Amino acid sequence: MTKPINYVIALAILGVLATLSVILPIYMDDLVYRVLMLSGIAVIMAVSLNLINGFTGQFSIGHAGFQAVGAYVGAALTVYGHNDIFGHLPKDGQIGTGWMSLAVGAGPMLASMLAGGLAAALIGYIVGLPSLRLRGDYLAIVTLGFGEIIRVIVENNDSVGGPRGFSGNLDIGVSVPAITNFFWVFGVAIVVILFARNLRFSISGLQYLAVREDEVAAQAVGIDTTRTKVNAFVIGSFFAGVGGSLFAHYEQTILISSFNFVRSFDFVTIVVLGGLGSVTGSIISALVLTALPEILRSSLGAQFNQYRLVSYALLLIVMMLVRPQGIFGRGELSFAKLRNKFKKPATQ
Amino acid sequence: MSIALHLNNLDVSYGAIQALRGVDVTVNQGEIVTLIGANGAGKSTLLRAASGMVRARSGRVEFLGEDISRLSIASIVSRGLIHCPEGRRIFANMTVKENLELGAYLRTDKQGISDDYERALTYFPRLRERLAQSAGTLSGGEQQMLAIGRSLMSRPKLLMLDEPSLGLAPILVQEIFRIIVTINAESGTSILLVEQNANQALAVANRAYVLETGTITLSGNAADLKSNPEVQKAYLGHG
Repeated sequence: MTKPINYVIALAILGVLATLSVILPIYMDDLVYRVLMLSGIAVIMAVSLNLINGFTGQFSIGHAGFQAVGAYVGAALTVYGHNDIFGHLPKDGQIGTGWMSLAVGAGPMLASMLAGGLAAALIGYIVGLPSLRLRGDYLAIVTLGFGEIIRVIVENNDSVGGPRGFSGNLDIGVSVPAITNFFWVFGVAIVVILFARNLRFSISGLQYLAVREDEVAAQAVGIDTTRTKVNAFVIGSFFAGVGGSLFAHYEQTILISSFNFVRSFDFVTIVVLGGLGSVTGSIISALVLTALPEILRSSLGAQFNQYRLVSYALLLIVMMLVRPQGIFGRGELSFAKLRNKFKKPATQ
Repeated sequence: MSIALHLNNLDVSYGAIQALRGVDVTVNQGEIVTLIGANGAGKSTLLRAASGMVRARSGRVEFLGEDISRLSIASIVSRGLIHCPEGRRIFANMTVKENLELGAYLRTDKQGISDDYERALTYFPRLRERLAQSAGTLSGGEQQMLAIGRSLMSRPKLLMLDEPSLGLAPILVQEIFRIIVTINAESGTSILLVEQNANQALAVANRAYVLETGTITLSGNAADLKSNPEVQKAYLGHG
């Protein structure tokens, strides 16, 4: 498992990510770069939601709530921790680009992602444990309510800006630092994808699918179904929190009203469209559904935005009629399969 | 002969409805015991109470001399009391092989697992031909074989089978019963069999219990029960 060649590959990937992280902001069109970053974050959110909704067959519609927890906890850490821990960052948060910025931002970014992720995981555990002991739609109801609770808490908390949004603290003069870059977004995306993939194809990963397939049968072979569901939910929430922290330090201004039910539903749409349980499906679907509105907006003008949700609804209806299992169903795209597909016509 | 499973004065309710009242059932080691009764008599509830899927309101479940009434389902499974639930309940979107592997979910003895895997495929050679096939595409009889095979992968000391012949063609029913007897004879696995097909069940069992609206009304040797006029009238279609 830990062959030296794997370390070499891992190092090479890190090197490529870091290089791209330095080059892309300079040579890439600003809008394209922005879409790329948001797509990467959407991939993290979608694949982590797929662990809950796709693999384990539960139905969470509060993923944006966990993203909000990660975003606010992560941003609060870098802002209020500035004086004590992250003093080397400029107060206005603009660390610029280039190799130095990678090194300067690494520590705070890692700490912020970890704090945001752990906070979201903890809350996921508290929310998930009681509701996942029950079967059926309780999780959907509870996660829906949870999103509202988070909104009310943040709106009444002035230290993170309340309803005005959080971009820093004027009293201490510190802004949310712009430490999110290509390296972290796509580094984390790769980690989430590998994690999900290993879960999908390992024997212990079968327990998640077993719970989705048939809870009674899963119990009969000795699977602790509640623990399995809570595990998936906590892991999914953790990565949602990490995604939130990345989002906060990319946008530098977070508005609690944007982490609403509609955004949660965007993530659900992505997962359902790609195929519940398919990692590849979630990735492709996240990339397309994040990029497509931006492309349409720039070609059709701003009025497209008001039709966005209409188009999502239509897309979902058409999808359910034509291909109810999602683009990829439960399958995965693999090179072996592709090879077989191209081979077949030749043998006939 | 020592006792494998003993249900002692068991009461089970679903909300206000009492499903089992004061049930006493014993399965000795190496025995085949069958439980017959009409729909809704509480047969499945009895198995569910034994395997911990529902909790008894009062009474005790003892397995190999140990009180398991408060144990988690997983620890009951790991002690070798295996419940093969009604309606096959295979993992339809997984392959046959994955289904079998999940049967050994709690086990870590690699050699034992691969021995039992071979054994299950020897009992059910048809599964061997379909290992890579997704389980949902199997026929009804094959799905039932897979469900029993998966239970065998948990290495049961006592196997509780809930309606294994449900919805199967007569020739398959024969085969399933034949295999149940073989499993019992070859490995000494005790079997508690819940069946609507009382005729067949009484033919293969050593002893039997009759359950009516939550209480045991008759028990004894399977052969004796089979010639009991009341049983014949109510469950065997005679008279």
